[in-house]
Amino acid sequence: MAETISTSAQDPSRRDFIYIATGAAGAVGVGLFAWPLIDQMNPAADTKALSTTEVDLSGIEEGQQIIAKWQGKPVFIRHRTQSEIDTARAVDAAGLKDPQSDEDRLVPNQDGQYEPQYLIMLASCTHLGCVPLGDGAGDYEGWFCPCHGSHYDTAGRIRKGPAPKNLFLPPYQYLSDTLIKIG
Amino acid sequence: MSGYPGYDPKSGFEKWLDARLPIVRLGYDTFIFPTPRNLNYWWTFGAILAVLLMSQIITGIILAMHYVPHVSMAYDSVQHINRDVNFGWLLQPLHANGASMMFLAVYIHMFRGIYYGSYKSPREVLWIVGVMIYLLMMATGFMGYVLPWGQMSFWGATVITNLFSAIPLVGDAVTGWLWGGFSVDNPTLNRFFSLHFVLPFAILGLVILHVWALHVPGNNNPTGVSVKNVDKDTLPFHPYYTVKDGFAIVVFLMVLSAFVFFAPDALNHPDNYIRANPVVTPAHIVPEWYYLPFYAMLRAVPDKLGGVIVMFGAIALLFVLPWLDTSKVRSMRYRPLAKLFFLIFILACIGLGWAGAKSPSDLVFITGANVDGAQTGFTFLWMARILTLYYYAFFMVILPVLGLVEKPKTRPDSIEKSVLKSNAGEA
Repeated sequence: MAETISTSAQDPSRRDFIYIATGAAGAVGVGLFAWPLIDQMNPAADTKALSTTEVDLSGIEEGQQIIAKWQGKPVFIRHRTQSEIDTARAVDAAGLKDPQSDEDRLVPNQDGQYEPQYLIMLASCTHLGCVPLGDGAGDYEGWFCPCHGSHYDTAGRIRKGPAPKNLFLPPYQYLSDTLIKIG
Repeated sequence: MSGYPGYDPKSGFEKWLDARLPIVRLGYDTFIFPTPRNLNYWWTFGAILAVLLMSQIITGIILAMHYVPHVSMAYDSVQHINRDVNFGWLLQPLHANGASMMFLAVYIHMFRGIYYGSYKSPREVLWIVGVMIYLLMMATGFMGYVLPWGQMSFWGATVITNLFSAIPLVGDAVTGWLWGGFSVDNPTLNRFFSLHFVLPFAILGLVILHVWALHVPGNNNPTGVSVKNVDKDTLPFHPYYTVKDGFAIVVFLMVLSAFVFFAPDALNHPDNYIRANPVVTPAHIVPEWYYLPFYAMLRAVPDKLGGVIVMFGAIALLFVLPWLDTSKVRSMRYRPLAKLFFLIFILACIGLGWAGAKSPSDLVFITGANVDGAQTGFTFLWMARILTLYYYAFFMVILPVLGLVEKPKTRPDSIEKSVLKSNAGEA
């Protein structure tokens, strides 16, 4: 009996196995416990549940812009004038920093028609998230971000400055000609 | 070490305690510590920072008793502290201005370290721990500025957290994780409050490591010459430097008091007296003054990711500074060229701060006008670009090359001789 104990105590492979198995179980345990500690910072269920906003476009006059809120974020809804639309469409999209045509910036309504007068975009500069100034601000008479000087044109496309992308479009759909659902 | 006999417990109780918990010995070894006899007033900022850190922790714990970290109440609770809480008018400005003064002191402390080569062997780890403290200070100061929930708080938080959206692929996931939502909102304010409360204790822990790392090689000194003879070159830290540091602390606290009592909002921004409004960005947002040089670097690059990299890189460079500077001579007192470039470096940092406070398209000086009659000239954007280039060149080109080509002046044989020589000169 004594002989058996001394043999097993001196068996290095058995010790190594227990040592490594304990270490591995410990590492997995730490990893499993770390994930809840990290993931708790992601948006909570009630925050994520604030998913959709409906906006009636009929009250917005031509040349007027309103800010709706969706998921706590401001959303620009602009009723563009014909000259703004024409200016946006006269640009060769291929030469832009983030190439998109004016129609790429729109979503067709329930009949499959574009309503180019209504431009709906997130009101966060794609540089560092400030709300750009509207109503023809900036060198391209669309939007201008006062924080770090990004200029957007009348289709909300980045034309000059540090922002890497055009103003983002929120997911939305037309429920009727003048009612949209964002989200 | 003949002049430093070490702790000698006298009474029976002291001997009994020393055998069980040698805490008196720890304090003795910390304060009766051989310190170069030639330290000038630039060396007092470490002690000033220690006092400010304790002041920030104490006033911060008190403010947390009255502050409410909720988007609908945070702004009012800060007003409540300033107007209604007993002595709140004293404690809140002491905390806010104390933070500014801590950055002023840490910048002087860091410039001193660079000028006298305090990061060089064998003090590299001491320096690196210091840079880590500085990084944590930046994070803590930023989150503290968000808590009053004014317009600058909100939009500062938006801009800084959006810096992380520049990270390729995972950027948006990271910002959502930082916010706990789809934008800066109540979850963000809550976690910033929690972290702002706890990070100063992490700083305190690093400060202990910093002091420990200082006690291994001992202080650097204005000559950069190592201590050769403890009896001749050094004095015990207490009472010589406790008194010198104490005097400097009093003078520095007078500066802090001048702000607290006579201009408590001078370093704040008027827009932070407007409640946070998530749909209106102030026309000109600026961070606190102590981040302005980095803000200028961020804006100097016309590319989002590039700007973020340049900004964080400016701090990352400090971590490797001990290996970028190739000169064996510690003190720039004996490096005429390095001294000149160092002076320009300080001016570049101040100039970057100036550029960070201005709109990039503002003009530094006017050279003429364009056809529309608008003034044209040298913009702050270009000034920031040139100075950012100099900042990087100072660390990546000038310091590495100077160590190889510069001919240093003769250094004194010892700290004692440098002291006696200057005394003889005055007599």
